[in-house]
Amino acid sequence: MRTRDLFLAVAATLGFAVVGAAPGAAQDGHAAIHLKDVSWPSEGLFGTIDRAGAQRGLQVYREVCAACHGLQYVAFRTLSDLGYNEDEIKALAAEYTITDGPDDSGEMFERPGLPSDRVPSPYPNEQAAAAANGGKAPPDLSLITKARMNGQDYLYSLLTGYEDPPADLEVPAGGYYNAYFPGHVIAMPPPLSADQVTYADGTPATVDQMASDVTQFLTWAAEPKLEARKQTGLKVMLFLLVLSGLTFALKRKVWADVPH
Amino acid sequence: MAADVPNPVFKSGVLRWIDDRLPLVSWSYKEFVAYPAPKNLNYWWNFGSLAGIVLTLQILTGIVLAMHYTPHTAYAFASVEHIMRDVNWGWLLRYAHANGASMFFIAVYIHIFRGLYYGSYKAPRELLWMLGVVILVLMMAAAFMGYVLPWGQMSFWGATVITNLFSAIPFVGESIVTWFWGGFSVDNPTLNRFYSLHYLVPFVLVAVVFLHILALHQFGSNNPVGIDLTKKDKIPFHPYYTIKDTFGLVVFLMVFAFFVFYAPNYLGHPDNYIPANPLSTPAHIVPEWYFLPFYAILRSTVYEQLFAPLGFLAWFGISAKLAGVIAMFASLLVLLVLPWLDTSKVRSSRFRPIYKWVFWLLVIDCAVLTWAGGQVPTTTVVWIGQFATLYYFLHFLIILPLLGKLERPLPLPKSIDEPVLPPRGGVTAQPAE
Repeated sequence: MRTRDLFLAVAATLGFAVVGAAPGAAQDGHAAIHLKDVSWPSEGLFGTIDRAGAQRGLQVYREVCAACHGLQYVAFRTLSDLGYNEDEIKALAAEYTITDGPDDSGEMFERPGLPSDRVPSPYPNEQAAAAANGGKAPPDLSLITKARMNGQDYLYSLLTGYEDPPADLEVPAGGYYNAYFPGHVIAMPPPLSADQVTYADGTPATVDQMASDVTQFLTWAAEPKLEARKQTGLKVMLFLLVLSGLTFALKRKVWADVPH
Repeated sequence: MAADVPNPVFKSGVLRWIDDRLPLVSWSYKEFVAYPAPKNLNYWWNFGSLAGIVLTLQILTGIVLAMHYTPHTAYAFASVEHIMRDVNWGWLLRYAHANGASMFFIAVYIHIFRGLYYGSYKAPRELLWMLGVVILVLMMAAAFMGYVLPWGQMSFWGATVITNLFSAIPFVGESIVTWFWGGFSVDNPTLNRFYSLHYLVPFVLVAVVFLHILALHQFGSNNPVGIDLTKKDKIPFHPYYTIKDTFGLVVFLMVFAFFVFYAPNYLGHPDNYIPANPLSTPAHIVPEWYFLPFYAILRSTVYEQLFAPLGFLAWFGISAKLAGVIAMFASLLVLLVLPWLDTSKVRSSRFRPIYKWVFWLLVIDCAVLTWAGGQVPTTTVVWIGQFATLYYFLHFLIILPLLGKLERPLPLPKSIDEPVLPPRGGVTAQPAE
């Protein structure tokens, strides 16, 4: 009897949470758009960041996306997560110019980037970014995979979703048809074309490959502690599982003398 | 309080000396160790202590988060990212705190429905129940203000929508909203006061929780049979319920941990990872899941469709917006007077053959309201939301008062040890478990 109640209680707990959150998944007004469903290595209980893919993705970001999109919350030093060593990170950061200061005479000055710096944004401020891009600033990409519903699939679908518009749709000037963008007219020109970058590891740079790589890189950028989280979670769950068995056994023993 | 419990005997003279002058230890002993609890409580009675533990976890994680968070519109969003990326275990603190709010509501909602099913609000536990409603309202305030702090798009627009509700108050509404905001829109002064209050309210909550426990221990817990118990039906809280609550806690923590480690953003909204932008309104402004039933009542109260007949209220200066705000707050306040709306003297649903079904209809109604609150309000959604809103109030204001008079309850057992019920499908055949 009590065991049944326990199961009911657990089921109710889960049920409330899932029912409660279901609208969160369903409320997106563009339900008609079905994203490409990709199986990402970061998904699942044992999810990890594919370092080779994310390193290629960093290259795509730097050579393509970074022309317009910032990555303001990512510090160069954290690139060690992706397998870069200290010298590589120092060299990579030094390729950027950082405005620092004021110095002792009150002047701002420029210096090469350091591992402790964050990735500088392509525009000095949001207004400049908007002015250079037809009135709307390109979004910062630090959190993009978490800032969109089903973010990884969304980003990958969007990058591979430039198509010829249907005959009945008039795409306004300065817009591009994208099968996965809400409203289908996006101001961003198709960013990727085949062999746009040359991968050091010899991977063919197809649009698909680059879209997938940059998605993995930005997944890491949005959630750099993803691996630590999932690995800690595994330990916590195992610990709780054992503890639940022990506490249940103890509970049975303590209650054995209560007639009920 | 548990006056029939003997004082603890202290072996240590120092402890005895202190306890004679400041009886904190003997009070704790009486209330949390020797406290006589019914021996037939089922696992639905775990959720009160679970809620208390989650509140404690919220306060602990919140205090540390506050050490790293910056309550300023220009820095708040970045400081949350600083917590996620730079603070040691910051991601765990933040995900535990954000999902902890959801877990707190899950525990409290189950706790409330348990009270509804077993009639725990009936005499002599009316004030205990009303203090519980006060706790619910306070935690809603805390959760609402906490959601504003990361200063994402949903933070900003949620705060704008909800604070704007008060502008529906006749004559003084606009001034009240300006006073809430500390300006003419949701801005830095709003964020600062929400931060201050978000830090304050949980400690007020703790105080009310103590009053809740004080009122609980006056008559002791209700029980699944719902009859008044004698001393022989009770067992000391420790070790029986400490171990049972510990086991329940571990199971609950597994659910909690699943969300924190494997689906930390599932219960949130992606738009809150976009920094607040007063110039760009999100396509759909949706509150957190635990507010959706109330949001559905708010949005369903329009003078159209099912509620078109209410249009006459506009003649008395009650706009549809004001009516929605009144309905939303009334849906909470009606719980305060529930002990007097339910006219049945029988507590437990086990002996109320009709109320048992009415209870489940209310659960379904709340689920429908939750669903409706999260949908884009199309005509169909508004119809469904309006019927669900109407039924919610019918349940409390019409059905419960009448049912107490009309329903013929089953005979109550004299004690929990002698079941008088005929076996019923084996499901609740042994109420005295």
